[in-house]
This record gives sequence, structure tokens and C-alpha cells, in this order.
Amino acid sequence: MVAVDLEGPYEPRVRRADLGAAGVTSDLGRGLQGSEPRMFRWERSIPLRGSAAALCNNLSVLQLPARNLTYFGVVHGPSAQLLSAAPEGVPLAQRQLHAKEGAGVSPPLITQVHWCVLPFRVLLVLTSHRGIQMYESNGYTMVYWHALDSGDASPVQAVFARGIAASGHFICVGTWSGRVLVFDIPAKGPNIVLSEELAGHQTPITDIATEPAQGQDCVADMVTADDSGLLCVWRSGPEFTLLTRIPGFGVPCPSVQLWQGIIAAGYGNGQVHLYEAATGNLHVQINAHARAICALDLAPELLSAGEDTFVHIWKLGRSPESGYIEVEHCHGECVSDTQLCGARFCDSSGSSFAVTGYDLAEIRRFSSV
Amino acid sequence: MSVRTLPLLFLNLGGEMLYILDQRLRAQNIPGDKARKDEWTEVDRKRVLNDIISTMFNRKFMEELFKPQELYSKKALRTVYERLAHASIMKLNQASMDKLYDLMTMAFKYQVLLCPRPKDVLLVTFNHLDTIKGFIQDSPTILQQVDETFRQLTEIYGGLSAGEFQLIRQTLLIFFQDLHIRVSMFLKDKVQNNNGRFVLPVSGPVPWGTEVPGLIRMFNNKGEEVKRIEFKHGGNYVPAPKEGSFELYGDRVLKLGTNMYSVNRPVETHMSGSSKNLASRTQESIAPNPLAKEELNFLARLMGGMEIKKPSGPEPGFRLNLFTTDEEEEQAALTRPEELSYEVINIQATQDQQRSEELARIMGEFEIMEQPRLSTSKGDDLLAMMDEL
Repeated sequence: MVAVDLEGPYEPRVRRADLGAAGVTSDLGRGLQGSEPRMFRWERSIPLRGSAAALCNNLSVLQLPARNLTYFGVVHGPSAQLLSAAPEGVPLAQRQLHAKEGAGVSPPLITQVHWCVLPFRVLLVLTSHRGIQMYESNGYTMVYWHALDSGDASPVQAVFARGIAASGHFICVGTWSGRVLVFDIPAKGPNIVLSEELAGHQTPITDIATEPAQGQDCVADMVTADDSGLLCVWRSGPEFTLLTRIPGFGVPCPSVQLWQGIIAAGYGNGQVHLYEAATGNLHVQINAHARAICALDLAPELLSAGEDTFVHIWKLGRSPESGYIEVEHCHGECVSDTQLCGARFCDSSGSSFAVTGYDLAEIRRFSSV
Repeated sequence: MSVRTLPLLFLNLGGEMLYILDQRLRAQNIPGDKARKDEWTEVDRKRVLNDIISTMFNRKFMEELFKPQELYSKKALRTVYERLAHASIMKLNQASMDKLYDLMTMAFKYQVLLCPRPKDVLLVTFNHLDTIKGFIQDSPTILQQVDETFRQLTEIYGGLSAGEFQLIRQTLLIFFQDLHIRVSMFLKDKVQNNNGRFVLPVSGPVPWGTEVPGLIRMFNNKGEEVKRIEFKHGGNYVPAPKEGSFELYGDRVLKLGTNMYSVNRPVETHMSGSSKNLASRTQESIAPNPLAKEELNFLARLMGGMEIKKPSGPEPGFRLNLFTTDEEEEQAALTRPEELSYEVINIQATQDQQRSEELARIMGEFEIMEQPRLSTSKGDDLLAMMDEL
């Protein structure tokens, strides 16, 4: 009889370096601004009622510094879990939301949950295979429901909404067809209106990133990404204008971020690309992960999480001579045996972050020492 | 989510089922003093596998399977496999059927999780089909059916984009979410931890199309590389050697989906129901029965397409035990944790009278016979059967 050996039906394995909680910090040499390497430590985890689903961008964080609170949102499957935590990660309250029912074999699945910070209010948006639900920020009152129109879909296409971002007083939500829905949000109340449908993509939207307009004209303040890896760069306004298209290269772009005119895009082949939003030029290409990237966050450092169980933090800057975007690696963390699905910084200085993983019924937190 | 997931799920789970049944049939000590004991066992085993495989790859059945549709619950799918497992002279008690389904699902969950690229789940499927063809080498008709399924798979999945495969993978992972049954072979080989979670290695070849992490390249406005830095990413990866073949015949490269069972490695499961977060079980196992109407429709369609050859005369089936002893099997049935029970569907509880009658008719065509021991006349009957082969 043939005995099973390690090279059998299992993938070849080499003993994993024991990284411990300190993670791996690279030798920076001359840092971008001569900064010190950062060390992170694993903080107390926050338990979840339900494990996180194997989606991308599956963690949303809302910081409420005035109330000394942080809200977390994670998708389980047919339900999403919202919870609030005090500093040090002490869980306070938690709540579950479900996708609105409809015809079908099983309860509809949620694709994403995300807090949108608008000038006068914060709304919680939930996208599913039925449509888009918007709630007041604590998740208690639903203020708007938009059912997806599946009219154009062929029988083999999955119909869903995915990709959520706030842009000024608009909330933009992506769909399976590639169309991006733009909702006009009033300062208060439920009088939300679908004001525009943006065309630009032909494949399902994966993620949308925005940043406040810098006050000048012709400044890109929104990026949309899709399953083909295509990025569209927009300028918001009463009508949104498509400024540039950055083509894909055969892999999805599950996660995208925009900050100070820099687009950070994470791809299904584990690479992170940094583009100049104004020109669409690629300036940095990082072979960052050994599996697909599932989430990015940016402020002011870049956080990347992959299905390879790793989280990496990168420092962005600009070359003093040329002004081109530059990057260096700050820190890496291995979340053992966990296929990550979400990652966010928990504060605006980037000194702490949180991650979620498939089948993991807790939010893992790390903060710098 | 993706409506193209069911064929992949079904074929891979079916493949694992055949691996396990093949191993258990080889290992099962069938009592009775037969002169040609080994040969008898071999013929019997082949017959069971032939019957199940030909039922599985039946054209009508495959047609239903390949229609775009959402995934049904684990419970509904188990019903199909139970029917399939009883497509021959072999019978399984509930406890053995439960264990079989547990092993199948954990094995495929492992394979999906460890697939380097989402598209590699197709290679895993081809690995299963390659081995299945090995089981039925002597039956050209069934071989043709399997090849036909190969062609269908290539036609439907060959042109899908990476994004569509990613959606399929996510759909499969949602199906397997929160399943943490510990399998002793996985534990021994250290591919599963004691808490039931699979080990995700941070070493080995990267997926085809991915670069080894560790390099940062910076470019100017003209696209020329101006700077290059390396960084320590923490893993121990090497480049992918080559891409697996998606042709009818070829080196798949990937080992996931090949047969890992053998007579010397009996498979046991530990019911890891007492996982830390009991509350994290999926909604369906908490929700009360019966199956939704749509699931019953699905079952009726799918199983209606199964052409199960009924034997002409009275034919006592023989029971296969997936445990080492009958006592162990009884014990397993009594101690199965609540949240892991696949309750037998109650078809009477459906509103749709016509559908439930149809389903009852289909289901009534077979019964799980609780025959604790082989009758001594078994040998004569089987000799007679052998003459018919």
C-alpha cells in the first residue's frame, strides 16, 4: 500500500518560521523620513457572535473619539454583526443585521457592511444579493432600501451590490454589472435619492475608495475597482466625471484606497500597486503577498492583508528629488492559519489595527509598542 | 452567490466519497468462509464503485446538476449523497452515512482552502475525475460518461475569469463555514490543528501567476524602473514550478484532490462539536425543519435524474460500516453532538402535495435496511450475481 507522505495530496510544507507576536520588522536602513522601525503586539481580541465570511474588505471600523468608542462591522453570511468597543477592546454592545428577504432558496447573503462618514451624518450601508440597505450609524433605524434591478442579468450571472464609499454628500455603491450607483444623502432624514448611475466598468465592482476633494478643480477624489482589475478614477460633483482608466492585467482588484492623490490597489495575485491619481501612472509595484489581497487601509500608512495569513504595513512618501511616490516596508504580522478577509486601522495615526479572518469568530487587534 | 458552484461542489464531494468507500470496502472484513474470499471482495467492491459512478455520471443527472442554480443546504446535498451511496448492493447505517459525509466535506473544505489560485479548484476536480476513471478502467461506457463530464466542465469553466473563480471560491467557503470536524488523519499529518482549523502553510511554491513576495519596484513617469528594494515578508516561498494541465489528460501538478486514503490509514473522525464558539454555527443548523420548498424541488429534479438500476429479484444488500466495529457505530449514533446532526428530511411536512408525493416515490424506491449481519446465503446470491456480470 502506498503510504501518504508529506508530498502527497497536501501542498508541500516547510516548517514555518516562528514569528511570535512581535512579527517581522524589516531593516529599514535609511527610512523615508529616518523613522524608527515599528513593533506591534497582539492585543486582546474582540469576540464575534458569528465567524467572518470569506469575502474581501470584510471589516469596517468607525472611530468615535469624542465618545471614546470604536464601532466594528463584520459580515458573517446572511447576517452582519455590529459591535461597539471601548479602548483596550472591551466589547460593549453588539447587534446583528440581516439582508432583506426576497425570493430564493436560502436567505440572501450580505456582501459588505461599511460606515459612510458624510458632512452632517454617518450612515451604515449594507450591500447584499438583493439590494442596498442604509441605516443610522448605530444600525437601529433603516432609513433607505434600494432593490437591485436584475433585469439585464443572464441566468449565469450572480446579482449583488458590493463596494461602498462616501463622497461628499453622496454615497456610491457598486453593483454586479459594473454600474456604480450614486445616492444623494440629505443632512438628515430618509429622503435619499438615486441621483446617478456611473458607467465605466463591465465586470462586478469590488471596491470603491474616496477622499475629500482638495478644493482644486480636476482633482480625482474617487476610485472604483472591479473583478477584471480595471480601475476608474473619478471627480465627484453634482455629476461625476470619469478622469482616467487604469487597465487591469487579468486578476481582480479586490481592494483599493485613495489618499493624497495616491491610489493604492491590491490584486488577486498578491501585488500592491501605487498609482498617481492625476496621471494614472504606475509608480510602485510591490510583490507583497503570496495569495490574493483581501483588504487595504490607508491613513497615513498603508495596511495590506492577504489570504496568505499576513498583514503588512508600508510607509508611503514622495522622493524629495523627483516627487515620485516611494514606499518602504515597516512591519509584517502573521495571523497563523487564518485566511484574512478584512483589515483596518483603528485610529487615525495608524498605531493600532484590527483584522478579521475566514472562520474566525473574533476580531484580532494589534497595537504598536 | 455564484450560480455555477454546484457541479464543482458535487463532483469533488462525490470523488471524496468514492475514495472513502473504496478504502473501507477494501478494509472491511466480510465474514463467511468463501473459497475465493479476496476475489469475491474485489469483485464486490468494483461492482459497488461501478454502480455509484455510473449513477453519478448519468447524463440526465449531470444535465440537472450543470444548470445555473444557487447552492442548497448541506442537509439537502447530504440527501443526494445518501441516495447515491445506496445505488448499489451496499447499505449504510445513519451513523456511517453521517461519518462519510463529515469526512467528504472536511476533505473538500481542506482542498478549497489550500487551493493556491481560485481557478485551481478546477484542477482539484480534474484530480478527482482522473482517479474515478482509474476505478472504472474496465467499463468503457462509464468511462465515456466521465469523459463527457470532463468536456462539460472544460466548456463551462474553461473560459471563466479569475474574478468569477474568486466568487466561486467564496461561495464554496461560505458553504463550509464553521465546519471544524477533526479528522484523525489530518491531525496526524499536522494539516489540521486540534481546534479543527486547517494549517495554512507560509512556505512552498506561490500560485501560478504570483511572484514570490519580497520585492518593491519603483518607476518614473515613463514607466522605467528607477529603484528596487527587497524586504522581509516573513514567509518562505519559492516560485511556482509550472502550471497544472487543464486538458483531458495531463499533469495536474497540484496534489489536492488525489486519493489520500489507503487500507493502512483508516479514517476516523472526532466529533468536535464542543468548539469554543458554539454560537458561531450557521443559521441553517439552528433553524427548524422542514426543508424549504425550493430545496425539495431541487432534490426531486436531481434525484429524478438518477437512474438507479433495481435488481430483478430479492437481493439482500450488505452493510458497510465506516467505523471499526458495530459497537463503535452504535456509540457514534448515540453521541453525535446536536449541532452536527443532519436530520433526515421530513417530506411529509411540505405544503406541496404533488411534489412531496413525487419525492416520496423516488425516496421510497430505496430503503436503508438495518441488516446487522450478513446472512449465510449471501455467498450463494453473490455467486449468482457474479455470473451475471
